[in-house]
Amino acid sequence: MVRERFPDQVRYASCVEHVIESAAVAEFLVHTLSLPAPLAYLLAALIHCGFILGLVAAGAVVFIWAERKVSGRIQDRLGPTRTGGKFGWLQSPADGIKVLAKEDLIPRAADRLLFRAAPYVSFSSSFTAYLALPFADGWVAFDTNVAVFFILAVLGLEVFGVILAGYASGSKWSLFGAMREAAQVVSYEVPLGICVVIPVLLTGTMNLTTIANMQAGWCSNWLIFHDPFTFAVFWIYATCALASVNRAPFDLAEAESELVAGFMTEYSGMRWSLFFMAEYSSMLLVSCLAVILFFGGWHGPIPVFDWLGWAYPGGASSWQLTGFLANLAGCVNFITKAVIGVTVMLWIRWTLPRLRIDQVMTMCLKYCVPLAAICFIGALWWQVAGWWSPNHWLPLRPDGPGGMRETWVVAPEAACGEVARRLPWADSAPPHGAARRTLPGCGLAGPPAGWRTGSPAAARGGVQ
Amino acid sequence: MVADATLVDRLRHRFGDHIVSAELETIDPWVEVAPEGLVDICRYLRDEPGLQYDMLNCISGVDYLHTDPKKAAQAAWQPHLVVVYHLSSTITRQRLVLKVTTSRWRQDVAGELPEVPSVSGVWRGADWHEREVYDLMGVRFTGHPDLRRILCPEDWIGHPLRKDYQPPEYYHGIRDH
Amino acid sequence: MSIINDPRVVEFNIRTDEMLINMGPQHPSTHGVLRLVLRTDGEVVLGAAPHIGYLHRCAEKIGENLAPRQWVPYTDRMDYLASMNMNLGWALVVEKLLQLEVPEKGRHLRVLVAELNRIASHLVAMGTYGLDLGSFTPFLYAFREREKILDLFEQVCGARLTYSYIVPGGVTGDLPQGWLQNCAQFLQELEPVVDDYHALLTSNAIFIKRTAGVGVLPGEMAVNYGCTGPVLRGSGIDQDLRRDGEPWYTSLYDGYQFAVIVQKEGHYPQDHDYPAVPAEAVLGDCWHRFYVRMLEVVQSMDIVRQALDKYAAAAGDCGTPIKLNHKLPPGEAYLETEAPKGQMGFYLVTDGSAIPWRVRARSSCFANVSVTSELCRGCLLADVPAIVGSLDIVLGEIDR
Repeated sequence: MVRERFPDQVRYASCVEHVIESAAVAEFLVHTLSLPAPLAYLLAALIHCGFILGLVAAGAVVFIWAERKVSGRIQDRLGPTRTGGKFGWLQSPADGIKVLAKEDLIPRAADRLLFRAAPYVSFSSSFTAYLALPFADGWVAFDTNVAVFFILAVLGLEVFGVILAGYASGSKWSLFGAMREAAQVVSYEVPLGICVVIPVLLTGTMNLTTIANMQAGWCSNWLIFHDPFTFAVFWIYATCALASVNRAPFDLAEAESELVAGFMTEYSGMRWSLFFMAEYSSMLLVSCLAVILFFGGWHGPIPVFDWLGWAYPGGASSWQLTGFLANLAGCVNFITKAVIGVTVMLWIRWTLPRLRIDQVMTMCLKYCVPLAAICFIGALWWQVAGWWSPNHWLPLRPDGPGGMRETWVVAPEAACGEVARRLPWADSAPPHGAARRTLPGCGLAGPPAGWRTGSPAAARGGVQ
Repeated sequence: MVADATLVDRLRHRFGDHIVSAELETIDPWVEVAPEGLVDICRYLRDEPGLQYDMLNCISGVDYLHTDPKKAAQAAWQPHLVVVYHLSSTITRQRLVLKVTTSRWRQDVAGELPEVPSVSGVWRGADWHEREVYDLMGVRFTGHPDLRRILCPEDWIGHPLRKDYQPPEYYHGIRDH
Repeated sequence: MSIINDPRVVEFNIRTDEMLINMGPQHPSTHGVLRLVLRTDGEVVLGAAPHIGYLHRCAEKIGENLAPRQWVPYTDRMDYLASMNMNLGWALVVEKLLQLEVPEKGRHLRVLVAELNRIASHLVAMGTYGLDLGSFTPFLYAFREREKILDLFEQVCGARLTYSYIVPGGVTGDLPQGWLQNCAQFLQELEPVVDDYHALLTSNAIFIKRTAGVGVLPGEMAVNYGCTGPVLRGSGIDQDLRRDGEPWYTSLYDGYQFAVIVQKEGHYPQDHDYPAVPAEAVLGDCWHRFYVRMLEVVQSMDIVRQALDKYAAAAGDCGTPIKLNHKLPPGEAYLETEAPKGQMGFYLVTDGSAIPWRVRARSSCFANVSVTSELCRGCLLADVPAIVGSLDIVLGEIDR
C-alpha cells in the first residue's frame, strides 16, 4: 500500500548518494575558488573545526547562562539579572573572565602531567564527537557512514578524562568520583548502545544524515512514533543519556553533598571550567543525537520546505539559495529541538534528588538493559511484521523523501541497486549483491525483496 | 512529683549507705549517692518497674571553689566537685536528679583527676556527656570506653570550667586575646 | 567484611584496602563544622567517628560571668536557627529558679514566637535535607517561606537571626501594630506551600528510595542515647515535652489543642491528606524523621493560630524583664523545653549573687549526633549525608 502511494522510491537511493557527495565546503573551494585540493581540504577542515568549536563554546556559555535562568525560575527566584543589562546575559562571559583570572592550583599530591591533561581529554572527546554530527541536510564536518558508532565511541572517551582527573588529583574524594564515573558510564553505555541500535535498525544505516532524512515530513514520521517500542525506547535512551553525561539525578561523580565536588574537587580556574564545558557540550550532543534518532533531525513537525519545494532535492549537488535557506531553517529547527532536550535535562536536575550508586547501577543493569533489549526485539518484530505505523496514516508528500523508510523494507534490493548504480565507483561496480553490502545496514534488516508484496517483480515495479 | 520520700526510702532500703543524702524541698529535688554505688543505683533506676528512668538527659559538673580567699573563708563548704545526673523516663514521665560529690583532685594531689564510675554502660548517651564533663571539668570516669576530650582539642591543657582555670597564653604559637 | 550484614551492599568478597576519609569540618553536607572520620571499604562505610568542638565558644564559662539577662544573646547563638526557642528555654529556667510567673499575655506571646520559630527551623531542616540528597530546589522553597517568618521576627524585635527577644521575666517588647494580621496572612500563604514540599520530597520516588529504610534508629536505642525531639518521635517514642514536660513548661501550653506527632498503630495523627507512609519505610529511618518534622510544621501552624487568638483575647502586659542586678536566690534549677531539634535543657546553679555560679546547656543535637556512628555503620557513603541530615543538627548548639 505504501509503495503504491509513494512510487518514487528512488529517492532513498538519491538521498544516500547526496550524502556521499557532501564534502561541500571542500568542493566549493576546489571548484569555485580553484584552490589546490590538499589546501582546500585543509581549509575546509579548519572551517569545520572553527564552526564546531564556536558552537560548542557558545553552546556551553549559553547553557550555563540558561541553567542559571532556568534553575532560577524553577526555584522561584530570578537568576542573574544585572550583568550585561537585562536577563544577565553577560553572566557567563563575566564568569569566564573570572575563571581565567583564577589561580591554577595543582595539589602537591597530584600527578602533575595527568592532572593537567585530564580536562583536555574530557573536553576534546566531547568536542570531537560533534565532527560527525550533521546540523542539517549535508551540514556536517565529517560525513561518515558510521556516524552513530563514531559519536558513541568518542563520547565514551570522555570518561577517561574524568578517571584521569580523579586518579591524578591525589584526593580521596576525587578518586571516589572517578570510580563512580567509571562504573556508571561504562555500565550505561550498554543500554545506550542498544537504544541507539533501534533507529539504526529501522533506517538501515548508521549515517546520521540519512537517518534524519528518512524521517522527513510530518512529525508522525519521526521514529519515536514509529511503533510503541521505539516510543518506549526513547525514554530509556533519555535515561541512559542523562546517566552517561552525568547529569542529575545521576551526577554521582561530582555529587556535591557527598563527594564535595567529586573528580573536580581539586580543580580550579580554567581547567575546572573545561570540565564544565565538556559536560555541557556532552549534554547538547546527546540531545542532538536524540533529535536525529527519534525526532526527525532538522525535519520539522510540518514539512513546510517540502511544500515550498525549497529543500535540496535528492541528488542535487550544486549550491542553491532555496536549498540553503531550507537547510538554515532546518538547522534552526534542529538546534531548537536539541535545546528543548537540554532544557528538560536542566528541569530534571533542579527537581529530583540524586540516586545512590547502587540504585544507579540497579537501574542500569536490572531495568534499562532488559527493557532496551525487549524494545529492540519488539521494534524488530514490528518492522518485520510490517504492522501499522503513524507513518502510513499521515502521509508525506508523495514525491518527498518520506516514503523512503518503508521503501527500505519493501524494496531493499531495488533501492540498493539504484544506489549501487549511482555510487562514484559505479562504473566498476561490483556485482549486485556486493554493492548491497557496501552500504551499511543494507541487507542487515531488510527482508528478501518482495517479501511483503509477494514477488520480487512487484517490489521492483515501483522503481522506474 | 519527681523524687519523693518513698523513692528515697526505697533506695535507702536497697542501697543503704550508698544513698548519702537527699534534698526534697527544693525546686528540683535531688538524691546524693556515693560514687561506689552509682552504677548499681543507675541500673536499678533504669530497670526497676515503676521507675524506669530510661533516659539520661544530662550530666553536668559543678566546681565548688572560691578563688577569692576572702570568700573561701566565708564559704559554708570545702572545695569540691559535684557531678549532676538528670534522669527522666519516657514511660512514667518522671524526672530525677542524682548527685555525686567528689574531691577536686584525687587524694587532693593537684593534677590527679578525681574519679567517678562511668554510667555509659547503663545509658549509651552517657558516653559523650561524660567525655564533655571530663574535658571541661576534669573528672575521670572510670570504666568509660573512650574517655577523650570532646570539645577542646585533644592536646589542650587544663579543664576550662574549673573555677581556678587559667587560659594558656599561647596555643600552638597562637596568642590568646 | 563480616560487619556488613546487608546483602544489598555485599556482592562479592574481594580483599580490598580500607580507606580513611575525613568528611568535614569543611564539607558541604555536614551542616556546619561537624567532622566525620569515615572508615570505608569502597563505597561501604565500615565505621564513622564524629568529632565535634570546632565551634566551641565557651558559652557555659561565659555564663558564669554574666547576669542571666546578659547571657540571653549567647543562647541565641546555640541553635541559631531557632533562637526564640533557645531564649525561651533559658528564660524559663531562670524564672523557675526565681519562681517568677509571666502574665497570661506574655505566655501566649511566647508560644506564638516559639512555634513560629519551630516552623522556620523545620523548614531549614527540610530544605537542607533536600540539599543533602542532591535536590537543590526544596532548599530555596523552604528559605522563601522562612524569609517571611524572619520578616515577622524583624518587625517584632529588629533582628532576623539572633533575637534575644524572650528574656527572663518577659519579652523585650510587645508586638507591633498590625503584626497579628501579618502573621495570620503568612500562615495562609504557608498552608498551600506545604503540599509543594510533600510533592518535591516526601512522596518523591527517588527521595523515598534514598531515605526509606536508611539509618534505622530503633526506639530503644534512641532513648538509650538520649535522642530527643523529632529524632525520638521518628523512632516511634511518644514523647513531646510540650505535653509531657515539667509543669513549669507545659503550663505554657495550657489550653492549646495539639496532638504529638508520632506514629501509632501505623498512622500519624494528621487531619490533612498528606502522603501515606511508603511501604519501604521502617519506623525510625530517615524518612520517618523527616516526615515527623513535616507534620510538625503543620502542627505548629495550628498552635500559632490558636496563640494568635489567645494573645488577642488576653489582657494586660507581657511581663517585665528582670534587672541585670537581680539577685538570684541560692539554689539550682534544671528545665528542659521542646526545641525544634529536641529537648533543650538549661541547668542553673546560683550562690545568691546576681551572677550564676554555674550555667549548663544540655544540647539536644549533642545527644542526637552521638548516635551517628551507630547509624552509619555498614551504610553506603551516600547514606552518610542522608543520615546526618535527617538528624537535623546545628553545630552551634552541639559545641556551644
